[in-house]
Amino acid sequence: MDLAPYLLLAGLEGLVEASVLMLSALGLSLVFGVMRVVNVAHGEFYMLGAVGGWAIASLVPDHPALGFALALLIAPALVGALAIAADRGILRRIGYDPEATIVATIGLSYIIQQVVLMTFGPDARAVEPPFYLNIRFPWFGYSGYKLFIVAVAAVLVGALWVGLRRSRLGLMMRATQFDRETAQNFGIPVGRVYSGVFAMGAMLAAVAGVLIVPANQAHYLMGHDPLLMSFVVVIVGGLGSIPGTIAAAVLIGLSDGLMSVFFSPTLAKIVSTLLVALVLVFRPQGLFGKAETRA
Amino acid sequence: MIRHNPRLFALCLAVIAAVFGAQFVLAGYPVLALTRILILAVFAMGYNMAMGYAGMLSLGHALFFAAGMYAAGMASRYGAVGLPVAFGIGILGAAAVSLGIGLLALRTRTVSFMIVTLMFAQVGYLLTLQFADVTGGDQGLTLSERGFALGPVAVDMTSGAARYNVAAVVFSVVLLGLYALTQGPVGRLFAAVRENPERTRMLGYDVARIRLAAFVLSGTVAGTSGALYGLTFGFIGSSFAEFRTSIEALLYTLVGGPGTLLGPVLGTALMTVLIDRLGGLTAAYPIVVGALLIALTLWFPKGLLGTIRDRWLPWLK
Amino acid sequence: MAEVTLLETRGLTRRFGGLTAVDAVDFRLSRGEVRAIIGPNGAGKSTFVGLLSGLIAPGAGSIAFDGQDITRMPAHRRVRAGIAYTFQITNIYPAMTVLENAAIAAQSRLGTGSEAAIEAAARAALAAVGLSDLETRRAGDLAYGHQRLVEVAMGLALAPKLLILDEPTQGLSDAEIANFIAVIRRVAASATVLLIEHNMDVVMALAGRITVMENGRILAEGTPDQITRDPAVQAAYLGGAS
Ligand SMILES: Nc1ncnc2c1ncn2[C@@H]1O[C@H](COP(=O)(O)OP(=O)(O)OP(=O)(O)O)[C@@H](O)[C@H]1O
Ligand SMILES: [Mg+2]
Repeated sequence: MDLAPYLLLAGLEGLVEASVLMLSALGLSLVFGVMRVVNVAHGEFYMLGAVGGWAIASLVPDHPALGFALALLIAPALVGALAIAADRGILRRIGYDPEATIVATIGLSYIIQQVVLMTFGPDARAVEPPFYLNIRFPWFGYSGYKLFIVAVAAVLVGALWVGLRRSRLGLMMRATQFDRETAQNFGIPVGRVYSGVFAMGAMLAAVAGVLIVPANQAHYLMGHDPLLMSFVVVIVGGLGSIPGTIAAAVLIGLSDGLMSVFFSPTLAKIVSTLLVALVLVFRPQGLFGKAETRA
Repeated sequence: MIRHNPRLFALCLAVIAAVFGAQFVLAGYPVLALTRILILAVFAMGYNMAMGYAGMLSLGHALFFAAGMYAAGMASRYGAVGLPVAFGIGILGAAAVSLGIGLLALRTRTVSFMIVTLMFAQVGYLLTLQFADVTGGDQGLTLSERGFALGPVAVDMTSGAARYNVAAVVFSVVLLGLYALTQGPVGRLFAAVRENPERTRMLGYDVARIRLAAFVLSGTVAGTSGALYGLTFGFIGSSFAEFRTSIEALLYTLVGGPGTLLGPVLGTALMTVLIDRLGGLTAAYPIVVGALLIALTLWFPKGLLGTIRDRWLPWLK
Repeated sequence: MAEVTLLETRGLTRRFGGLTAVDAVDFRLSRGEVRAIIGPNGAGKSTFVGLLSGLIAPGAGSIAFDGQDITRMPAHRRVRAGIAYTFQITNIYPAMTVLENAAIAAQSRLGTGSEAAIEAAARAALAAVGLSDLETRRAGDLAYGHQRLVEVAMGLALAPKLLILDEPTQGLSDAEIANFIAVIRRVAASATVLLIEHNMDVVMALAGRITVMENGRILAEGTPDQITRDPAVQAAYLGGAS
């Protein structure tokens, strides 16, 4: 038996996973980098993107492409609005205390999950892909839509990267990240930057969710794994480091694809979770992150 | 020791008297519910040692609860030992696991500590699934050993009254033991490490070792609860190792008041009763839990007894 | 009376990046003396005593205390060995009562065995600094001068062989300073005191000997008389300051 087709398939699947993971992990990393808080509800924002995408797409049942395009625009916007509300209503009021934020966002994730369950039910919902295209490889055909996910993710991350380097918002974010008080003294609206960053992080997760539904279906529990994997990526890549996060997403997405060929999913999860916990214990700045003095 | 906080000591005795007295007033289903409350209160009291007294917010105490439960349950099921021995093995198992995890996790602080404990606990949960042929996995295992001899007295754990009294005894021992620890020099030391670790080090203490001691104590008490739960109800299963179990300990402690001896007991009682009430009406349990977690962090971070302590009764600690 | 060495450093050095905060310092302290370290801001005084207490790790050199090499000993064991340290910036347990603050220090020496013994030792330390009346107050609610005294009481409750005080009178009123001087005089009966101090009145009132630091080095050392007359000191420090 030839291993090549399996490896190619695993590689392709890994690449798709890496793309989605990259978006969602960048969201988590951005929020941690600027605001120094961990958002445990991040996986639910991803799930809301997917479920919201399904709900919007099913409003225009006869035009999958139009439905998908609308979903890709509207669902993340709604999730962003929810994130702003959460920032103003909860995080700001607890002063972005790191521990309290984790507890409160755990609460938020419970609520979001249960509300989705009660409104949309426990079934997995499928969304038709915006287009059908079968790409022929020597051994098998592969969904063109999945490769489209990879392309969209790459473009978005590229745009984000350039945007953050060039734009005023990017500058304000870096200033806030560097020193909150000084930024405030220089007239940077730190409160609004925080809301914006929190919304942007949530929207990245939501976009990832919308992108994945046509390939994977939407379900109220689907936020768990992306949250865990995004954690893994952010921690391995170095908390708050964007290039590290991208590199780690590709590495982990690919290796997860490969691992699932050889290991049972449970064993793969045990190994990756344990490894990441140990990375945090022994190299808190991540594998790719620069050593910085520990607070 | 009693001299140190006599009012709290009296209150503890009153709680214990009420616990033993309750069975003469109540009968049937409430006794079962109360048994669960007593056992889970031990869990929350253990959690509170790390989170409330020593200031280490763990998101992984499901692991220690499950370690106690599985060590005891497996010993009972496969080890041909009686229930008291199995119970002891459960406690030792939880102590060993919390020592191992503590040595690793306590290299981190605050947010990293929360994530690391969460991840180790997740590994533990997944392990119970991975080795389902011995652990029973999701389906769980029923334990056939349902009685033990206490000297001349045979205790039948299928009887509700026997279960209640066993749980009440363990609860009382833990409560009094933790009273002695927290209201004296050791409790003060935990608080010192929580409030100002640098100053504490410069008073001659090995802060890392104190943290480890508090963490192991916390995990061991949590595991005692797990062992008791499994042996009392004759069932162990993966669902007890889930993240939700860790959150329950956190929630009970937050509601009642972190860093107060009786807070977790009150929190466990209130939440269990509330959820039982809700369970009949709707499936909104997670929404209530979620909303409470948010509301407590926003408006009530000290919990019920913590707030009462700060406002009116400073001895309630 | 023969002078017994309590503490001695040789070539003690600590760099921060390019800056040598403590530069090859040889220093000797005799048992029972009250020594003041003076010097301009940034001279390296806090860094030097930080090295002695173990708060800061040395780059080079050695420290011997009470006949034992403690260069690599962790800070908490140095405290147990008899070196008590009070911070330049007040560092207490604000949410606890004054008595509890002192009790934590006392139980470091006495162990967790007897609560009665711990309480008695804590009370004695508070009485020594004149805080007995404030025992039950929350330490964080006290006036600044009283918080400094809580810090000194914690040092006393350790019953140290060497008490290191980093600018203990900073921010105190004249009356509080007078009380402080009286407290330290009593302490000096049983412990060696090493005191960093900018207030020359306090130095003159307490110190048997004075060490002058500048740029990480010891510029001069001697009795108060010798130091005030030393031309190098006058040029570098006293002249500039007054
Ligand atoms: N942790 C540190 N990192 C970098 N530089 C430091 C550090 N601690 C001290 N320094 C520098 O070392 C030099 C000596 O500082 P130190 O605090 O020992 O001076 P000091 O004599 O106590 O001054 P002061 O009278 O102002 O308290 C100063 O230039 C200071 O900026
Ligand atoms: Mg200084």
